[in-house]
Amino acid sequence: MKVDLRVRRFNPEKDQKPWWGEYTLEKVRATDTVLDLLHRIKWEQDGTLTLRRSCAHGVCGSDALRINGANMLACKTLVTRLTKDNNYARIQVEPILGMQIIKDLVVDMEPFFDHYRSVMPYFVNDNPLPANGRERLQSQEDRARFDDTTKCILCAACTSSCPSFWANEKYIGPAAIVQAHRFIFDTRDEAFEERLEVVGDTFGVWRCRTNFNCSNACPREIEVTRAIAEVKMALTTGKI
Amino acid sequence: MAEVKTHSFDAIIVGAGGAGLMAALYASREVNVAVISKLYPTRSHTGAAQGGIGAALGNIEEDRWEWHAYDTVKGSDYLADQDAVDVLCKEAIDTVIELEHMGLPFDRFPNGKISQRRFGGHTNNETGKPVQRACHAADRTGHMILQTLYQQCIKNKVNFFDEFHVVDLIRVGDTVRGVVAVEISTGDFHVFHSKAVLFATGGWGRCWEVTSNAHSLTGDGAAICVRRGIPMEDMEFFQFHPTGIYRLGILITEGVRGEGGVLLNSKGERFMEKYAPSIKDLASRDVVSRAIFLEIQAGRGINGENYVHLDITPETVNKYLAEAGESRRITREYVEAKLPDIADFTRTYLGVDPVKEPMPIQPTAHYAMGGIPTDVDGRVVLDQNNKVLAGLYAAGECACVSVHGANRLGTNSLVDLVVFGRRSGVHMAQYCKEAEKLPLPKNPVDEVMAEFDRIRNGSGGAKPYELRKQMQKTMTDNVGVFRTDETISKAVDDLRLLRAEYNRNIQIDDKGARFNTDLLEAWELGCLLELAEITAVSALNRTESRGGHARDDYPKRNDVDWLKHTLCFSENGKLRLDYKPVVIGRYQPKERVY
Repeated sequence: MKVDLRVRRFNPEKDQKPWWGEYTLEKVRATDTVLDLLHRIKWEQDGTLTLRRSCAHGVCGSDALRINGANMLACKTLVTRLTKDNNYARIQVEPILGMQIIKDLVVDMEPFFDHYRSVMPYFVNDNPLPANGRERLQSQEDRARFDDTTKCILCAACTSSCPSFWANEKYIGPAAIVQAHRFIFDTRDEAFEERLEVVGDTFGVWRCRTNFNCSNACPREIEVTRAIAEVKMALTTGKI
Repeated sequence: MAEVKTHSFDAIIVGAGGAGLMAALYASREVNVAVISKLYPTRSHTGAAQGGIGAALGNIEEDRWEWHAYDTVKGSDYLADQDAVDVLCKEAIDTVIELEHMGLPFDRFPNGKISQRRFGGHTNNETGKPVQRACHAADRTGHMILQTLYQQCIKNKVNFFDEFHVVDLIRVGDTVRGVVAVEISTGDFHVFHSKAVLFATGGWGRCWEVTSNAHSLTGDGAAICVRRGIPMEDMEFFQFHPTGIYRLGILITEGVRGEGGVLLNSKGERFMEKYAPSIKDLASRDVVSRAIFLEIQAGRGINGENYVHLDITPETVNKYLAEAGESRRITREYVEAKLPDIADFTRTYLGVDPVKEPMPIQPTAHYAMGGIPTDVDGRVVLDQNNKVLAGLYAAGECACVSVHGANRLGTNSLVDLVVFGRRSGVHMAQYCKEAEKLPLPKNPVDEVMAEFDRIRNGSGGAKPYELRKQMQKTMTDNVGVFRTDETISKAVDDLRLLRAEYNRNIQIDDKGARFNTDLLEAWELGCLLELAEITAVSALNRTESRGGHARDDYPKRNDVDWLKHTLCFSENGKLRLDYKPVVIGRYQPKERVY
């Protein structure tokens, strides 16, 4: 099929402000991904088009982009998902919102990772290790409690789709809360009180207005809003 | 070009996947370390590993590390160094326990212990039956290892230089002085002055058309070492994983077959019964990939196309479980719980629901058994006498210890990362405490900067994308699952032409400084071409079939002439081959039957 692409461009060495690049691709397969199309533009038409990508199958989290107005991973979004027409699609691609643009589709991820690091996103347990030298035991039920939030790949699709984050970039955002959730609800972890203090802060979970953009944006299908609600509940009740 | 900034550390780790992060955790406890990666650490390809990490924990049935060692040696077609394999399999046990102690959320058995599943080539050595050895977190074990190690690095305040692309090693005689890197966001060159350098930069699957590897897997660390006089070991051995998604190459874990999935041809035959009567679909990867290739060649691909079916639907699996006299049965819910990511992949990319219908698969270029030669402490060795280059280390897929020999056993890549990442980190820290920091040479960036200028300013009209496509085509057609003298020679000729074209006529579009991925991709192509040629030349000379190197013209393994490791040196633009002996231990080479 034929695809017309509109891609947001910005080269800090040349441009005063962002502009739209228009590209037409022929012989596109319905099963091609948006990343395939961006690669074709870069490789066949204009090598200056700049984006991040790595694994190309939705597990590394490099290529979260705003595609036809919604956040998705370019490598996990097939053309067929964006059109009902078998012969034609029109696709618009922009960088994710709320972050400073470095070049074209590449944004500054440092503030995002600062929020991530602020929630103590690591396992804490200073108790003596099992005397037999083996693993700590954990029941299947306890392991299942935080399974969903272990899937996060830190792509920022959720945080950059959140109106509360757009309104105030100091809000730690859904991704950081997902990471906090993964440890707060792990029965082996001992730092939930400190972590709850961070996420219960002025720029923590209470900024969430439960509008579900994050859950809809998550390419790993994590129930982000639910995870945030569980953290809120833990803060309110003091119970995990 | 802007000024060159200089940084000083005791040790530099290049690459932030499993091996680099494990080394960083250990080395940073003792000395001043920086981890430099062209990606954000969590983007590293360790995160794509699915099925499990092998360790003889014996959590559900009897198992011993010696059995794991034998399986590894047999899987390697007897080319692995058996002293190194002992280290791998013995230390696998406590590194997996250590990962759990770091918080890694392994799946659990009902008794609360780490859950283990079957995997290809892993057996109970007494019965010959498959053993449950692969410790896993659903089918995202690599993701959980990468996340856990990165989390611990944050906790331990490890220094990271994210999105800095290392492009050269500063070597003076037989000493190492640091690395040169490009800061991607600005295009500035940086010198990292250090006592020791560890390369943990992963593989080079992007030499082939259909691969499970990320776009970023361009063999940078290995190619840099080649350019700095370090030989490459056993490069003819590259693993084609049997089950990549048809045309896309995305990996479908061997864990699918570990959970009971079977391979079927167009006649609905479970063809692995012919090729590996004992453990069937759970034979080593090289064996299964060849079987698929032969089935397709014999016209038994599905719809006459170049693929076969991998079937994990409960109906099919339970039929074969019953046939084998096993009491276990699986359900759709079980498949969803144990293999959620692969179910997502096939639904997303193929519209195929694996709990209801079989998945179309074909072999996909997956893993480099060969690479930068090292000893069991990750120290890089320079020749057939294993002369050490003090201060230089390599670990993970880019390294060749050699524990994988001619064919890697499933799960052993993750074992390799954590075991040898840890050993390298420990050794490097000790080395840094004792070694002096030697001065930088004058103008350490000049050579690589000149190469970057050449690529940036080139006007010969040769587009990186076109050259890359041609390289991938010739490697796929001629240095794939099966090869012959004729095909490999064709590849060598093609690659020499492509390299000449690259060196004379490369031309890119982006002439800017900031975030210039056009330039960096072109430089990466130079690395791929370098390694592709070494692979082909090493393959041409080895006139036998062993593990992942299958020659139609020499179909048998030949231990008399070829029970030895290849070393390929790049000297003044020419490749020279040499060989070194294999370390044999408890297991004498014998015929390999599954």
